[in-house]
Parts: sequence; structure tokens; C-alpha cells
Amino acid sequence: MEMMLAIGIGVFAASGVWLLLRPRTYQVIIGLALLSYAVNMFIFSMGRIKMDAPPVLTPGTAADPAVLADPVPQALVLTAIVIGFAMTALFLVVLLAARGRTGTDHVDGREAE
Amino acid sequence: MGDVMRHLVIAPVLLPLAVGAFLLMFDDRRRTMKMTLSLGTVGALLVIAVALVVYVDTPSGDRWSSLIVYPLGNWRPPFGIVLVADRLSALMVLVTAVLGAATLLFAMARWHRAGPRFYTLFLLLLTGLNGAFLTGDVFNLFVFFEILLAASYGLVLHGSGTARVKAGLHYIPINLVASSLFLIGVSLIYGVTGTLNMADLARLVPDLPDDSRVLFEAGAAVLGVAFLVKAGMWPLSFWLPTTYAASCAPVAAMFAIMTKVGIYVILRLFLLCFGDGAGASADFGAEWLYYGGMATIAFGGIGVLASQSMPRLGGYSVLVSSGTLLAAIGTTNSAVISGALFYLVSSTFTIGAYFLLVELIERGRQAGADVLAVTMEVFGDPEEDIEDEEDEVGVAIPAAIAVLGGGFLACTALLAGMPPLSGFIAKFAMLSALINEAGDIPPSHWALVILLVLSGLATLIAMTRTGIRTLWGPDEIAIPRVRAIEAMPVAVLLFLCAAMTVMGGPAMRYMEATAQLLYWPQIYAQDVLGSLPPRPPTDGGHE
Repeated sequence: MEMMLAIGIGVFAASGVWLLLRPRTYQVIIGLALLSYAVNMFIFSMGRIKMDAPPVLTPGTAADPAVLADPVPQALVLTAIVIGFAMTALFLVVLLAARGRTGTDHVDGREAE
Repeated sequence: MGDVMRHLVIAPVLLPLAVGAFLLMFDDRRRTMKMTLSLGTVGALLVIAVALVVYVDTPSGDRWSSLIVYPLGNWRPPFGIVLVADRLSALMVLVTAVLGAATLLFAMARWHRAGPRFYTLFLLLLTGLNGAFLTGDVFNLFVFFEILLAASYGLVLHGSGTARVKAGLHYIPINLVASSLFLIGVSLIYGVTGTLNMADLARLVPDLPDDSRVLFEAGAAVLGVAFLVKAGMWPLSFWLPTTYAASCAPVAAMFAIMTKVGIYVILRLFLLCFGDGAGASADFGAEWLYYGGMATIAFGGIGVLASQSMPRLGGYSVLVSSGTLLAAIGTTNSAVISGALFYLVSSTFTIGAYFLLVELIERGRQAGADVLAVTMEVFGDPEEDIEDEEDEVGVAIPAAIAVLGGGFLACTALLAGMPPLSGFIAKFAMLSALINEAGDIPPSHWALVILLVLSGLATLIAMTRTGIRTLWGPDEIAIPRVRAIEAMPVAVLLFLCAAMTVMGGPAMRYMEATAQLLYWPQIYAQDVLGSLPPRPPTDGGHE
């Protein structure tokens, strides 16, 4: 389980970085999306991986941290997903504006010679 | 009084957020209303910031400084999120409010018409800045960073135009990637320590076991890279001059404080987590900050000399100022840091005033005149020989040019650190602290001294050249139309720099007390966490 998660995060991050360094704006935005997936899963894994563990206490019973999942990273990852989504949408608008103004989808606004 | 003060801490965040959201409900045609409300908000922020500074500077009980802790929703730290106003935070909020008021006044003359929703974006930027300065929680810091960045993305594009869109195309992805690094760093630190509260971190770091210390330091380093991108340390700063030069004047002036947010966070977290009391982690990363800062000064200095336009020169001056501050933090010497705090305030005002001034000067000139000014230095001025002397006599200098020239002169003195103004005091404070250290002065400190002096010289040369070519060039000047409302913010910012010179003693005393307090993270931790019992060190995991 840990190994699968680690490999998954690694593949996402590596593909994301590779795409970020490409010259087309569309590749950059997909790279940013992949990178943010990797980051989100990383945050999630920082709460330790547990199967079938609820993050909330049951009223009336004594709390045992061993059978509960850590709720904080789940809250963090939710925030990060929302913010990342909004930023990607915003960047998409800039990307389209740049395409319209410069007539190219190169990240520098002009084709490399 | 104490209760009111306590709630005043959240006002710098709530007030601009509420007003900014409220303004969204109205069409941009109701300009007067939006203008009045925004101005009122910024005015209120100024008053609040002054009140906060006065409050934290007043001794309370047996302590010579007060600190306000505001637990949001009254959840107890370290579980709830806290806002903390200490001397440094209050100072930064005040600097933000002053710069915000000046740039808003400037923008009201014409720039707010250049694009939609200017006031909302501007107020959101203030929200994010104030929040980032006041928060005591690392993840909350991320949220406020995103607020200020989102607003800044909109503001970079304000006024539209191909150059701005192109600059935005670089600025936005770089900051998005930096935000990803920020998240990786924060979550790694949470995974190791089980807390996101800055004060709690400061308490836990000395007792970390070795295997989790490595992870913690890795997390802190990743987090540090994210802030260094914002602060513009050398290899991470190539986006900065282009973006600042492309954005419109009031926005560029406001961005003068954006790099300082990165510096502020580094200063705060570095001294909280890696101060003298941090055990095996003490001074972690100090060399990186020191040499990185020196490289930034060198890069900025060369950039200033090579700049062919005035806004770009401003962008590189931002880098010089960032580098100076980073190197000063890297010395881990409290006297140098108190000088650096003085420098931070002075250089923020100066660079803000400079960007506003440049826009006023450039209004009267045709495009490309800057490039001409520099190439003329190299190839000789073809018109030099045919100058008509008779016309020169008795021509009164138009008042606008005199005002702008005076402002430019003041900016030159401030940026280069020449005597009469506060730039000199700031640099002098840092240099004398570097030289007056006990024991032998290491060669690396001499290198910083030399670099600081040289960067001042480079700025002086570049700005004198630009100033002579622009303001004394007889032919090409069409007298710019400058309204009082545009000249006033520049004058106020420069006047504040002058005031910091005259009031150098009290200002320096505040900075020294601030720097000393930063060196006692235990006090900060104690105040924020109240009388919580010390937690036993965790064995790499958390509960």
C-alpha cells in the first residue's frame, strides 16, 4: 500500500515537472494539474495511511487514537484541492488571453527561432 | 481597552475582505462610491495599524513589550488557529497600510479606470498581506498567501496589454509551483511534528529525535524555497524584474511589499524554529540565506547597471533590497537584523515611491527613449554638437519637472544609501553592526560589507545616468501633466523616509526591541500557547 502510494505520487510529480518544462501553455497547465495531484496525495499520506478508520469520534465511547484517522491532513487536502482548482481555472483564462493576444501558444508569447 | 485591542487584531483581515466583497455587488460605473469606500477602508486600516504598533510597544506588567494573541472561534492553541500581533507583525501591517494608502490615492487619479474591479482586487491584496503578517499558523499562512497571490494575478493583468499578459504567463505558473512546494513543506512538517502552530513548532524543534529531525529540516528547506521564490533570491528571481516592469505603476508600487512578505516569513520561521535555542538544528540554512542573499545583491546590482528602462531598474532595485535583507538574516546577528528591519521599511517606501514617480516621468516621453538614453552613453550623442545655446537662457524650469526631478533625486539618495535620508541610516546600521562584532570579523562579513557598498555605487551610477538623460535632456521632454493627487503619494512616501531619518532614534529603538524579541522564541511560544504543559517529544509520529 505504502509502496503503491509512493510510486503513484512519484509518477504524478515527475510527469508534472516534465510537462511544466515544455514550451506549450497547454502542456504547462496539465503539468500544474498533475503536480497538484501529487501534492494533494502527499498531504493526505502525511496523516499516515490507515484502512477503514473514521476521522471522527463516536459520542459516548472513549477515544482511542489507534483506530482513528488523523482528520487534519484531510481538512488540509480539501483546502488545497479547492485553492488549486481555482488557480488552475484562473490560469486557464490567462492562457486563453495570451493565445488571443500573441497568436501563439508558446509560453514566451512568441515562437522560438 | 484590552478587550477592544484584542478584537482589533482581526480587523486588518476582515475589514478589507468585507468591503472588497461588498464592492463586487456594484457595477464599475459607480466609481465615486467604490473610491470613497476603499479610501475609507484604507484610512481605517492605517488607524488600526498605528493603534496596534502603539499597543505592542507599550510595556505591560513586568514585560517591556505586549503581544496580542487572538484565538479564532476561541479554540485553544495549538489546536485552533491563532492570529498573533507582535512587534514585527504590527510593524509590517503598518507598512502595508501606509503603502496601500499611497498607491490607492495614486491609482484614483486615472489607473483605476484601466480595468475592471480594481478596488476589489486591491482590497483583497491588502487582506492577504495583513493576514500573512498576522497569522500564527503555518497552513493559515498558506491560505492568506493564496489570497494575496490570487489578487496579485488579477492586478498584474490590470490595464491589459500584451506585455502584461506575457508577464502574467510567467508570473502565475512560477507562483503556482511555489505554492505546491509550500504545501509539500507544510505537510512534511506536520507529518513529523503533528502541529501547524508556529509557536508550538518552536517549542517542539529542540527535542526532535534525530531521525525525524532530518525530515523536519527537509520540510523546512522545501518551505524555504517556496518563500525564497517570492522573496526573489538569485536563481529563483528571473521572473521578478519583467513582471514588475510590465505591471502598471500603482500595482508595481504595491508589489514592493510582496517580496517583503517572503522575507518576513523567512525571518519569522527561521528565528522561531532555528534560533539559538533550537539545539541541533540551530542556524539551519543560515549559510544558504547569507550566500544566496549576497548572490542576489550582485545579480541585482549588475541588473541595475544594465537596465535600459526605468521600471526595470526599479525591478532590479527590488532584488538588491531583497538580497540585502536575506544576507542580513543569514548573519544571525541581532544588531544586523535590527538594521535590516529599518532597511526593510525604508526600502519598501522608497521602491514604492520610485515606481509611482517613474510612471509620472515616463508620461512625458516617447516610447524607446530609455533605450536611447543608454545607447547614447556608448555611442555618443549625435545632437551634442548642434545644441542651440540661445534657447537655453531664461527658460524657467516647469514646476512639474522640478517636482519630479526632486523626487527622483530623493529616490536616488535613498536607493543608493546616500547620507541625508533614511537609506543611509539603514545601511550604516547594518554595516556598523557587521564591523563591530566581538572578536575577529570573518572574511565573509567583509565580503558582504564590500558588496553592500558596491551595490550602492552601482545604483548611484545607474540612477544618475538615467536621471541626467531623462530630466536634463532638453529636447524630448513634453511637460507631463501631473495632478496633485498623483504627486502627493510620492511626496508622502519620501517624506516618511525623511521622517525616519529625523526620528532615527525612536525608530531604531523600536527595531532593536523587535529584533531582540525575535531572538527569544520561548517568550513568543509561551505567550501564544499560554500555560500549556510541555508535551513529551513524539517518536516521529503524532498521536
